[in-house]
Amino acid sequence: MTLLHLENLTKRFGGLIAVNDVSFDVAEGTIVGLIGPNGAGKTTVFNLITGNYRADSGKIVFDGRLINNLPTHKIVSLGIARTFQTIRLFHKLTALENVLAGCHCRMKSGSVAAMFQPPWQRAEEKKALDKAMGELRFVNLETQAMNLAENLSYGNQRLLEVARALATEPRLIILDEPAGGMNDQETAQLIDTIRQIQARGVTVLLIEHDMSLVMKACEKIVVLENGAKIAEGTPPEIKANRRVIEAYLGTDEE
Amino acid sequence: MKNKRWIVYAAFSLVLLTSPAVLNRYWIDVLNVVGLYVMLSLSLNIILGHCGMFHMGHAAFYAVGAYTTAILNTVYAIPVLWLMPLSGLLAGLFALVIARPIIHLRGDYLLIVTIGFVEIVRIALINNVFGITGGANGIFGIDRPTIFGMKISTPGQFFYLIWFFVAVTIYLLRKLEHSRFGRALNYIREDDVAAAGSGIDISHYKLIAFVIGAVWAGFCGTLFAAKMTIIAPESFNFWESVLLFMIVLLGGRGSIAGVILGTFLVIGLPELFRQFATARMLVFGAVMIIMMIFRPEGILPPPPRTYRLDRTAEPEEAA
Ligand SMILES: Nc1ncnc2c1ncn2[C@@H]1O[C@H](COP(=O)(O)OP(=O)(O)OP(=O)(O)O)[C@@H](O)[C@H]1O
Ligand SMILES: [Mg+2]
Repeated sequence: MTLLHLENLTKRFGGLIAVNDVSFDVAEGTIVGLIGPNGAGKTTVFNLITGNYRADSGKIVFDGRLINNLPTHKIVSLGIARTFQTIRLFHKLTALENVLAGCHCRMKSGSVAAMFQPPWQRAEEKKALDKAMGELRFVNLETQAMNLAENLSYGNQRLLEVARALATEPRLIILDEPAGGMNDQETAQLIDTIRQIQARGVTVLLIEHDMSLVMKACEKIVVLENGAKIAEGTPPEIKANRRVIEAYLGTDEE
Repeated sequence: MKNKRWIVYAAFSLVLLTSPAVLNRYWIDVLNVVGLYVMLSLSLNIILGHCGMFHMGHAAFYAVGAYTTAILNTVYAIPVLWLMPLSGLLAGLFALVIARPIIHLRGDYLLIVTIGFVEIVRIALINNVFGITGGANGIFGIDRPTIFGMKISTPGQFFYLIWFFVAVTIYLLRKLEHSRFGRALNYIREDDVAAAGSGIDISHYKLIAFVIGAVWAGFCGTLFAAKMTIIAPESFNFWESVLLFMIVLLGGRGSIAGVILGTFLVIGLPELFRQFATARMLVFGAVMIIMMIFRPEGILPPPPRTYRLDRTAEPEEAA
């Protein structure tokens, strides 16, 4: 079943066409990789999916529902969570509170309930706390719960973003260069974590420059170059694809 | 560490609560003014401290509350304290109406627009727009509050009335801080893109923060009107907003203890040095510059929230 369907997506920044008529599907339960050279438009595709940018044309359909014009927080509550290429944590807050941010959209209590704290509000808080700790444990950061996010190592900050995203109870998680800045051992761990995310029934769409990670983890790969899709297929197909090789090695034609 | 904080708070409260016994009327009145400013600054702290919105027009909401109380009391003779909820409500509604179109503005732009608001409100009051605000002279003859038939009129009586409301404010706002709502405001202050990406409806929370802050300022307006029995537009000028802004930044954004300390420093301390009154602005200016350079988070920044983790479920592997 198709969980996410992109159709003829186009996004311009002034004269630059950052995403040019891109279409692809993400099937439920799979791990899909989005790759391409620097500036290919990968992050822009993510920003379109999550409502950070508005598409100039084309459709984004999530679980049968058109989500083009929804605000970001609505898209998150429908079940798409993300991480950022440039880490965007709440640096002055604890790791635990960063993850609690993800729990927010599955909670209800507002300002009045906060001031008077009826039993249901306290139960909700406790549940969120349990959940946040669970997600920290999932990415092996439970010992860091009370540390400020800014004090975590680079690799751990990336994992914390993943935990925060998972706390929103997504059906689709999109990861923008999750291995960026990680060493080999951390990257190997990350592949494991991504597989565990899949095992939880969450679909994964990721951008990654680390080819070994992409080839190992992804079932399907979509390749962008200069905003346009140039290939789509399984890892072996992509490895053998002439246009992809040219895009990555560069040609003298241009 | 945590216990030490509580001992300090308890000692402070004790000294404060017994101080009317040893102070003269003048100094009790200074503490009353400080109490009002604590409450007002705490209400601004929700908007500026927790949510990070540069709002420099808080006196406008204070004014709406004070005038609501003054007008309804002098015209319809409704007891002042009964007017507190309504004053808060109207200030909140006013905030809702004016904040909606400007809530998405970035820091510095919001600052300019809110400065504009407070001036518009003051000028409107001076010009007696609806014929009910008494123009530049304001409104006088506001009743003293009564509690269980007892008239509150001496500074000592006002002391307990005002600080009772301050205590209630602290209690409720503390709970507000330690909640889903309070956290959401902090996420927005820290990084609004990440907050939205975590599923938080930014404009909604900004708006609610504005409204709650305004409601509280409206409550303060009632107390102010009752204490002064005369109110005039000049009490709600731009300078009042600046003072409040300064208290929050100096004390520590998002920190109740910091805001209280900031109020004592900014409002209370100058009373000790009356002979240097003319140098007040100079000192404030210098202190703010030094603070922003060496301690931008304020004198008493909030400690990280703590959570009772022992109550959460044990990890599976530990079983
Ligand atoms: N907000 C923006 N305004 C203007 N141009 C932008 C904006 N965001 C992206 N671009 C441009 O769009 C193009 C695609 O950028 P994008 O960030 O999507 O690339 P990417 O594939 O993620 O690259 P990288 O691998 O370096 O992260 C680039 O040329 C970039 O400069
Ligand atoms: Mg990118």
